[in-house]
Amino acid sequence: MPGLIGRKIGMTNLYNASETSIPVTAVEIGPCTITDIKTKERDGYTALQLGFGSVKEKAVNKAQLVNFKKNNVQPVKYLKEFRNFDITQYKVGQVITVETLFKEGEKVSVIGISKGKGFQGVMKRHGFGGVGGRTHGQSDRERAPGSVGASSYPSRVLKGTRMAGRTGNDRVTVKSLEVIKILPEKNIIFIKGAIPGAINSIVEINK
Amino acid sequence: MDRLTEILNNQRSSEFPQFKSGDKINVHVRVVEGNKERIQQYQGDVIAIKGSGAGKSFTVRKVTNGVGVERIFPFNSPKIAKIELVREGKVRRAKLYYLRNLSGKAARIKDKNIH
Repeated sequence: MPGLIGRKIGMTNLYNASETSIPVTAVEIGPCTITDIKTKERDGYTALQLGFGSVKEKAVNKAQLVNFKKNNVQPVKYLKEFRNFDITQYKVGQVITVETLFKEGEKVSVIGISKGKGFQGVMKRHGFGGVGGRTHGQSDRERAPGSVGASSYPSRVLKGTRMAGRTGNDRVTVKSLEVIKILPEKNIIFIKGAIPGAINSIVEINK
Repeated sequence: MDRLTEILNNQRSSEFPQFKSGDKINVHVRVVEGNKERIQQYQGDVIAIKGSGAGKSFTVRKVTNGVGVERIFPFNSPKIAKIELVREGKVRRAKLYYLRNLSGKAARIKDKNIH
């Protein structure tokens, strides 16, 4: 899946041809510089390493800076690899912009890091229903997970049983989102619906 | 949010006359019936202006045959062809939801320009 790196800007709404309001997420996408090309011979797989976001040279660590220098590209803040590009068509230092890759009406998938929610109970984390009501003598069962270990068999908690814990801050992929509008001169893409992550977080948009 | 308004820059409210809560306005709504399009007028009192940016909207209330009708229009809606300011009202709050509980003479709004 060829894709680009972007930064989530926020949600708004646009109107389509039939004048219906559509909820959209605005993403600043690209332009991405090709900072390196991974080849079968050298790396064992093929991929494009794309960079996004300008950064001062002194803010980049030396190991990375050497790589940028070697390929003669400007230092960038974020690097990501994308496989399934046809690498024969690209060369290092080339800039890929949004309009060369995406078209309005196309379906894309978006990968981002979801918002961290901290330590959450099972109702929020796994969508459990809770045990029961407030009355009939029970006082603390409303949001409880219920029984986890059963009785004499198995008499232990099975591995992987869903329990409370740290929620969010996961890499999440949302597939099949429609591209509603592209503003090539501003490097903005409007994607239908919500995408994972907080405002200003870095997302990956794949075809 | 600032970045969004900067990007969109399509606020239609500048095309319309300035109106506030309590004003009587006439909204020309484009209605599509089959292949034909016509303009429908909807006249009433603005009882609320909500939100900001692309999602900003206003609520217009009128009473038809004794039945209260409220319509919420987004400022950016392409369905609005035109807005006319019919009368400026004198009210003391921004949200006039109390009008829903009033009827007849009590539900009138004072004219701003009559002293």
